[in-house]
Amino acid sequence: MKIYGVAILACCFLVGHITGDALGRLFNMNGNLGGVGFAMLLLVLVHDYSQRKKILMPESENGILFWNSMYIPVVVAMSASQNVKAAISGGWLALLVGVFATAACFALIPFIDQIAKKRSIKSA
Amino acid sequence: MKEIISILDKNGFVFALLIVGLIIYISVILSKKVTNQKVPGAAIAISIGLVLAYFGGDKGLASIPAFSGLAFLGGSMMRDFAIVSTSMGASFQEIKKTGFVGLICLVLGTLIAFIVGGTFAYFMGYTDAKSIATIGGGACTFIVGPVTGGAVGASSDVIAISIAIGVIKSIIVTISTPFLAKRLGIDNPQTAMIFGGLVGSTSGVSAGLAATDLKLVPYGALTATFHTAVGCLLCPSILYLLVRLLVPGSV
Repeated sequence: MKIYGVAILACCFLVGHITGDALGRLFNMNGNLGGVGFAMLLLVLVHDYSQRKKILMPESENGILFWNSMYIPVVVAMSASQNVKAAISGGWLALLVGVFATAACFALIPFIDQIAKKRSIKSA
Repeated sequence: MKEIISILDKNGFVFALLIVGLIIYISVILSKKVTNQKVPGAAIAISIGLVLAYFGGDKGLASIPAFSGLAFLGGSMMRDFAIVSTSMGASFQEIKKTGFVGLICLVLGTLIAFIVGGTFAYFMGYTDAKSIATIGGGACTFIVGPVTGGAVGASSDVIAISIAIGVIKSIIVTISTPFLAKRLGIDNPQTAMIFGGLVGSTSGVSAGLAATDLKLVPYGALTATFHTAVGCLLCPSILYLLVRLLVPGSV
């Protein structure tokens, strides 16, 4: 049943949000600290466990996969409902950050690659 | 006409599904025919969304009555739900294999992007912790930005900027990866995983690697998915708290 998969997804989502909210309260802020991140990690663990124990049927997984495929459409709807008019003044900021953040990440690849290769030689 | 608008408005969510479907249909065609698949359809679709939002009001296109359903389909509940579901594609065993180096990439990639984004934001006049964290998150991916913004309560225009940053990043990654792959040594699974983890942006990484070497796609996409998860975990929490401590007057 597809709904089982969706229900598991819903459960992870809610537990993650409750965790994030509790953390927010702990630090005395009205916000959700990393709730989505917690929910994602939880789903990975639950999915991994259920695959090893063969609990989750492929049909149930399809319930989660449906939402997986709705991710880009939801993001498109999200961008279409933002206050873009007010954001136009920040257009240059967007371009600069986009370019420099990407360049910085690219620049790090060879360094990490070196570390990774050294480690794999050591362990071999 | 009035009757039709009232029906569309009453069934806003369903109408939103139709609109988004059309936008994506057009984007996929544009991606294939105009850019020869160099720019992923997803990036074009999100850009079209942002452009359309310009013609609306403070809720973008959703400010126009018939289109109000977009605000629900793209609202925080649906968004977070759909994003959480994407983590199912990543297997825990595979992450273990990447191990320590993978973890370093994910954390370092998030940190670097966040710092670059936050610094630019600060010096370009966005000096409150909420905006800095949201723009820093946007420098990770176009998901981390709005998730961070929603969690800390940033304004919609700042969230729009953060989406735009993520989209620009994904386009740059897609186009530049095939050209830079050789120089950066992206020709084996491990480096592909490092690349995905550092750069994030699942759509950009997948499309970029597909143009480089199709065999590398799953490796890069795997760590890139986790980049978003780590970003969603760190940006609205530890990193936001740090920004609050560092930026005077925002506490």
